[in-house]
Amino acid sequence: MTSTLFLVQVLNGLQLGVLLFLIAAGLTLVFGVMDFINLAHGVQYMLGAYLAVAFYGAVGNFLIALLLALVAALAFGLLLDFLVFRHLYERDHLDQVIATFGVILFLNHAVRVVWGAAPLTLPVPDFFSGSVALTDGQLYPVWRLVIIASGLAIAAALYALVNFTRIGMLVRAGATNARMVSALGVNIKRLFMIVFGFGTMLAGFAGIMIAPIISVEPGMGDNILILALVVIVIGGIGSIRGAFVAALLIGLVDTLGRSFSIDILRLMMGPSPARMAGPAIASMLIYVLMAIVLYLRPAGLFPAKGRLR
Amino acid sequence: MTGAALTAARPSRPFRPAREAALPASIFLLFALLPLLAALTARQYLLDIGARMMIFAIAALALDLLVGYGGLISFGHAAFIGLGAYAVGILSAHGIGDALIALPVAVAVAMLFASLTGIVCLRTRGVYFIMITLAFGQMAYFIASSLAPYGGDNGLTVAARNTIAGWPLLKSDRAFYYFAFVCLLATYLFCRALVASRFGRVLRGAKDNAVRMATIGFTVRRFQHVAYVLAGGLGGLSGFLLANSTEFVSPAYMSWQQSGELIVMVILGGVGTLDGAIIGSVAYLLAEEWLSGLVENWKVIFGSALVLVVLFARGGLIGLAGRFARWFSHA
Repeated sequence: MTSTLFLVQVLNGLQLGVLLFLIAAGLTLVFGVMDFINLAHGVQYMLGAYLAVAFYGAVGNFLIALLLALVAALAFGLLLDFLVFRHLYERDHLDQVIATFGVILFLNHAVRVVWGAAPLTLPVPDFFSGSVALTDGQLYPVWRLVIIASGLAIAAALYALVNFTRIGMLVRAGATNARMVSALGVNIKRLFMIVFGFGTMLAGFAGIMIAPIISVEPGMGDNILILALVVIVIGGIGSIRGAFVAALLIGLVDTLGRSFSIDILRLMMGPSPARMAGPAIASMLIYVLMAIVLYLRPAGLFPAKGRLR
Repeated sequence: MTGAALTAARPSRPFRPAREAALPASIFLLFALLPLLAALTARQYLLDIGARMMIFAIAALALDLLVGYGGLISFGHAAFIGLGAYAVGILSAHGIGDALIALPVAVAVAMLFASLTGIVCLRTRGVYFIMITLAFGQMAYFIASSLAPYGGDNGLTVAARNTIAGWPLLKSDRAFYYFAFVCLLATYLFCRALVASRFGRVLRGAKDNAVRMATIGFTVRRFQHVAYVLAGGLGGLSGFLLANSTEFVSPAYMSWQQSGELIVMVILGGVGTLDGAIIGSVAYLLAEEWLSGLVENWKVIFGSALVLVVLFARGGLIGLAGRFARWFSHA
């Protein structure tokens, strides 16, 4: 294990981390403020990627495609909210899980009908298509750095938004006690819609940004959704700060675990059992982490202050 | 109030044995007669579908114990099916193909997993419980897909159906069907008795108000833990049957989508009614069979139907039927 390889993997872990944060931020807010489990959040990520591919095919410019896809993702999210989700806010969690599971099934297969089951690709924008040299001979793709930078920038903006603006204050208050906020005369429905739309857009943005480096295919949102759920549970539901810390933690643990588990196990056992157990342990690592965190702190690392549930 | 007084508490609905038994009796009668229909119409595949329905009905019954009676929404129930199935597959790969060994092992492994994970899961409540059961389900899934000697991602083929004490009794599809039938019947009666017992009352009481039950003097978590382990064991039984039915074991049995589908079965039939769990799994598999023959991407239709059921048909199919019956008797 060389230090350069380690650096590359840390960057990859960060990239996964900020991606998870973009998805988890919306999920945890919707969850925290509206007490609504939206399993269909991962589908927004998938849609973002598909819309980016579609608009890029139409206009041929990544930046314009990005903006159009963002707007379309937002519009679609609000449409889903209007048609389905809005009617679930007052229901129990079981109903929410089932209905949003239905939305996942529907959209995963609707995407197949519209765009086909074969994976699609999106070229990396020309301006960012190169690589930079980390050290001599060790290149790293610029686009991944762009993802990390934009993710961190959004995290910072979100931090400012939540902590220093009026709307952010309402969101924080809503995560603590939505009914009380409503009783104080705040239009809670409008607040819900803003939070939901914002979360949708962040997930769509994550999908758009990742589209150039992975294959865009039906069901791509499912696995990332599970990871995002792990993130918000570890971070504490309703807490943006928790989501950020947990997202980076999960991103790093997962990536580093996958790259170095065999090497580490080899220190303890023979090479062939290490090669067998390594990948198994690596893919379990984050779930074990989650189990430990929940065992010690059943409400996550940074539970939203004063949250009753 | 003491435990004895609780046992003596009146059931919430007037008890009408004939009426209560009519629905399950007709369900089981239909299941019992299905092979006859298959033979008469020379549609052998009906046996296959019927067995599948009963196998998933067992898992759905177990899940209904947790969700409907315990208020514990487990999103990792497929893991138990998978563990039971893998017990059969792995034993068979080592030349042990007898149900007298495989069945107890399948159930025991699932119960052990439930017991260990239950310690952690039951510390949490509500949404966190959903998530952590999901996480443990995923863990089991990843362990299974990394079992390289046993097929890894691709799964493994079971050499032959289990024998019973050396006799190849399950070899014929019809015999296997009736074996699954007996298992389902036994599971149903067991769950029925469990729900009606003092244990079941405590479980339901804790669903409504855990604090109240704790104040009365019950260690709620211990009751929930036992329910969780029992449901796990029944999941293992279902997995044992599934592996024998398909003669194939794969990590896909434990995927989170499979867990979701199990919840759908329970909800579709009507949560907290054991009959509903069976009806739900029958309805789900029928819909799958029918729609998948109709269009390639049948889940587009199924997904939207699911949303509509949640939005407009609260209480599932049983609730819908009940409302329909009331509307009918008023008119």
